[in-house]
Amino acid sequence: MKAGRITGAASLEAFCRGRLHTAGLVSASLAAAAVLGVDPAALDAAADARTPSPALRIAGRKLGRQLMRAARATWPLGELEALAREFPKGAHQPVVLGLAARAAGLEAVDAAYCAAYESVSGPASATVRLLSLDPFDATGVLARVAPEVDRVADRAVEAARRVVDGGVDALPAASAPLLEISAEVHAAWAVRLFAS
Amino acid sequence: MSGVRATARIVARDDGRGGTALPVLEGDGPIALRRTRGSGAEARVMLVGAMSGPLGGDEFAVEAEVESGARLRVGSSAATIALPGQAKGEARYDVRLHVGDGGELEWLPEQLISAQGSDLYVRTRVELGGTARLVLREEQVLGRVGEQPGRLSSRLTVCVEGRALLDQELACGPGAPGGWDGPAVLGGHRAVGQLVVVRPEFGMEPMAARVVGEGAVVMPLAGPAVLVSAVAADALRLRRLLDEALAAVA
Repeated sequence: MKAGRITGAASLEAFCRGRLHTAGLVSASLAAAAVLGVDPAALDAAADARTPSPALRIAGRKLGRQLMRAARATWPLGELEALAREFPKGAHQPVVLGLAARAAGLEAVDAAYCAAYESVSGPASATVRLLSLDPFDATGVLARVAPEVDRVADRAVEAARRVVDGGVDALPAASAPLLEISAEVHAAWAVRLFAS
Repeated sequence: MSGVRATARIVARDDGRGGTALPVLEGDGPIALRRTRGSGAEARVMLVGAMSGPLGGDEFAVEAEVESGARLRVGSSAATIALPGQAKGEARYDVRLHVGDGGELEWLPEQLISAQGSDLYVRTRVELGGTARLVLREEQVLGRVGEQPGRLSSRLTVCVEGRALLDQELACGPGAPGGWDGPAVLGGHRAVGQLVVVRPEFGMEPMAARVVGEGAVVMPLAGPAVLVSAVAADALRLRRLLDEALAAVA
């Protein structure tokens, strides 16, 4: 936003689409694969390889650790405890999300939807707060990208099923250069507003 | 009508006398390979496009094996232009690179230009030994001057001792998932590039992240490597950013 790339509802919508089909697809696939019982440490390493920005890797682990606290308190599961022990500084958030969904008895598609939706809802609410975009315009953006959220969640579950047999190389690796570049530029500011 | 299939192969070997020999240097079809004058222990090879392409339906591959202790630098004589072909369907360009322990590869080809109407999938996979060194540059230009781009997808995977340090795919052009030209992905920039530098010593002393210029950052990866990621208005500006970043890393 500071770079002037998001100025209103139209550019927010393009931003959300781009994030959904890249970082959103990767997160949704990681979460779905964790629900299907793929080794969380292998998924965490795959998340690292798909997140070149160190600022985004740190933010992803912080969010993972926060989610872990809530998930362990709500759904005690040996696998969650083991992951918390293996990654004291936090595992990547989508991996924790997937294991939490598994602990709660949800399906892979549920976790995929959650991650995919999160990839667009965050930027939409941030735009309302920072640019004073009309909240109804932001909600309109989310409604318009909803069919694509459906498709991303489906693709994520298909990818996660391939990972069960074929290993983490089968995970999507869709990347968004400006998300990574902006995260590093933002991390270099003296005053920071967001971690992710 | 089907496209052209071609696989070019390079093997670089420590010649035991402080230099690097090239026991295998096999061009194929449209990809010719030329050994040029090296410097010191390093052998140099140029990829020369002997025909246009890749065109729709073509399947090109380049394989380079740098054995333990060998040093190889590969460039190309000109940019590669992906063009539409008479054969329908996607063209493929596979780059498979392997560097043994103590070996060093500089993979510095010219730009890949995605011309209007083309459809290309590029897959680059690098496998490195634990003490191998790498400099790899990848630049993509979306359309020739004043032209809409074709469809271009490229995936770059870099593994050290079998573990992926970097796995990135970028899809752009007509038919790519929505938002590829929006503010999260390319934001209207027409040139995008990556530079990967792998050095064993980065495992002990990771490099700090830094912003190089507008549109370029140096990022330490989760392993002994850094990635420079850059976007620019055109190929010339992109190359300047990547050169500046490489100088900062070196």
